[in-house]
Amino acid sequence: MLRFILRRTFGAMLILLLISAFTFFMYYAIPQDPATLACGKNCTPDALAIIHKNLGLDDPIPVQYWKFLSGIFVGRDFAVGHCPAPCFGVSFRDQQMVWSTIMDRFPLTLSLTIGGLIVFLIVGLGTGMIAARYRGTWLDKVFSSISLVLSSFQIYFLGPIVLGIFVYSTGWLDKPKYVPFSDNPGQWFMGLLIPWVVMSVIFTANYTRMSRSTMIEQLQEEHVRAARAKGMTGRYVFFRYAWRGSLIPILTILGMDLSALLGGAVVTEFTFGLAGIGRLAVESVVGKDLPKLMGVMLFSAAFILLLNVIVDALYAVIDPRVRLS
Amino acid sequence: MTSPIEIEGAEASTEVDEQTERKRSAEPEKLEGRSPGQLMWRRFKRDRTGVVSAYIVLFFFLIAALAPLISKLYGKNPYTLYGQDDPTLLNDFNMPAGPNGGITSEFWFGIEPTLGRDVFMQLLYGMRTSLYTALVATIAMVFMGVLIGLVGGYFGGKVDYWLGRLTDFLLAFPQQLFMIAAMPVITAVFVAPDEETPTYIHALAIIGVLWFLGWMGLARLIRAVALSLREREFVEAAKVAGASPWRIIRKELLPNLVTPILVQGTYMLPNTILSVAFLSFVGVGYSEPTPDWGRMFAIGSDIYEQDPVYMFFPGVAMVVFVVAFNLLGDSVRDAFDPKTGR
Repeated sequence: MLRFILRRTFGAMLILLLISAFTFFMYYAIPQDPATLACGKNCTPDALAIIHKNLGLDDPIPVQYWKFLSGIFVGRDFAVGHCPAPCFGVSFRDQQMVWSTIMDRFPLTLSLTIGGLIVFLIVGLGTGMIAARYRGTWLDKVFSSISLVLSSFQIYFLGPIVLGIFVYSTGWLDKPKYVPFSDNPGQWFMGLLIPWVVMSVIFTANYTRMSRSTMIEQLQEEHVRAARAKGMTGRYVFFRYAWRGSLIPILTILGMDLSALLGGAVVTEFTFGLAGIGRLAVESVVGKDLPKLMGVMLFSAAFILLLNVIVDALYAVIDPRVRLS
Repeated sequence: MTSPIEIEGAEASTEVDEQTERKRSAEPEKLEGRSPGQLMWRRFKRDRTGVVSAYIVLFFFLIAALAPLISKLYGKNPYTLYGQDDPTLLNDFNMPAGPNGGITSEFWFGIEPTLGRDVFMQLLYGMRTSLYTALVATIAMVFMGVLIGLVGGYFGGKVDYWLGRLTDFLLAFPQQLFMIAAMPVITAVFVAPDEETPTYIHALAIIGVLWFLGWMGLARLIRAVALSLREREFVEAAKVAGASPWRIIRKELLPNLVTPILVQGTYMLPNTILSVAFLSFVGVGYSEPTPDWGRMFAIGSDIYEQDPVYMFFPGVAMVVFVVAFNLLGDSVRDAFDPKTGR
């Protein structure tokens, strides 16, 4: 079990290294001098040379890459000051440490991703289970059709509608805003409630469908029938035997949906005007701020891979066969 | 060439078809052979949801293709700033002056705030841009996925191993963020920094990033099918007869892969359209003045509080389109492969 997780973690590190190399060389392959971007409109050759030196752009690209990599672990020194251990470099634009900018923006995206994940898992799996339990009845049909239609809504269309109903017209809720959890958990929750619900909608439908079909499959399995024959209560069999089995394929799909989940969080940020990591990515693309972009890409890749490892570990919790091997 | 996949699934329903046919037309002697394609078509036609969805999808593609003609009949184009030419159309806050977003008999879907363009034309041409881009991107993705999957599945061994690792690697990318991040790189390769980016470069860049991160799912699927087909007798027979690998892939394997390719392609297209819209929504896709579906949502959510009607038409159009396309995908799958019922 531990070996399994260790191996997965190692694989994730390797992929991360490859992604960093890929992104780095991709950006430095652009036939543009990054320094001219940092230099602005009224650029003199002298100023350009200084920027070159400050940003360490005079070294050959592989050396730059090596410095970037080692900076993540041991820190680096720039003209603007020392950049401590997890150093992702210094922004070309505002001369800020990339790491601190990411740390500023990331809690919002993290809250959105995890909150949305919890909402759609509860609602999706819940409705799927109810639909499977009452298969063929009107309840099943209502859930299935609602999920089909809702899954075709987009966050950027549904978001304004929900805002229009609950904020602008009735005033029941406030406009979504981000308050750090550590400042005020209540406001944090109320501020992100609408984004969570809207974001989870597009995923919910898929999980309702999947949970329904795997539950139906599981309920017909031999071990479930055997448990029933032994005289166990219906509820016990339903949750302890069938539901647990139905989670395994769902977990597999969840592992593949994680990067889409982060994408969903990005769209949600834009829809509700929240400033998270997605907006940071677009800002740095528009501003052609390479170190920031590199930082955002690597950081989000690491985040997704971490979630993946957690999902892998969950397999062991649910499926005893994984624990034994 | 036989096609084991289709025949396995088709046998049962052929019998049923023939029985009902015989009862109805009373011509028991005339037994026609039907190709898998014909069988699929017959099953599809019987599926009412599928046919209706197909008509809706076709309708969308038709109005997108005929946008210039509709524009002529309607008498407006997506570029003219009607609101600026006629100051009565927009109020002091640059919002449509009339009720319901300025819907009149002249402007069917209302007027765009600030710039004052015609919303109906914007939507029509926007759909045209998105659908065309997504169509080209999907074809490119399918082509790549089939190629990588077939090569990996057929040759196996080291080739398969490395192609598999490449697929895994690309699957680990944070897709949406990478799409955002890669856009300037692709445009920078073609366009000098101080020049205006032409529209076709935008299109190329969008198609490029979508293609780059869009083929892996299909490749995995095709690889799995090719792996099992490789061991079949007819492939072995072809090998013994001295056919080249290229010929085997083209003539023996590809015809058996039509089903997964078509089914997967129908699922991929609406997702690609949504990805195109996503890029424009966050502001790195097509730029003004190219009309685009996704950008309408970006404008719409900015001014939703003042003019909620603006978002209505692009939004409803997109929901209808995606629902229809998903239902169509299900029907195509059922028609090709009747074993996997819903």
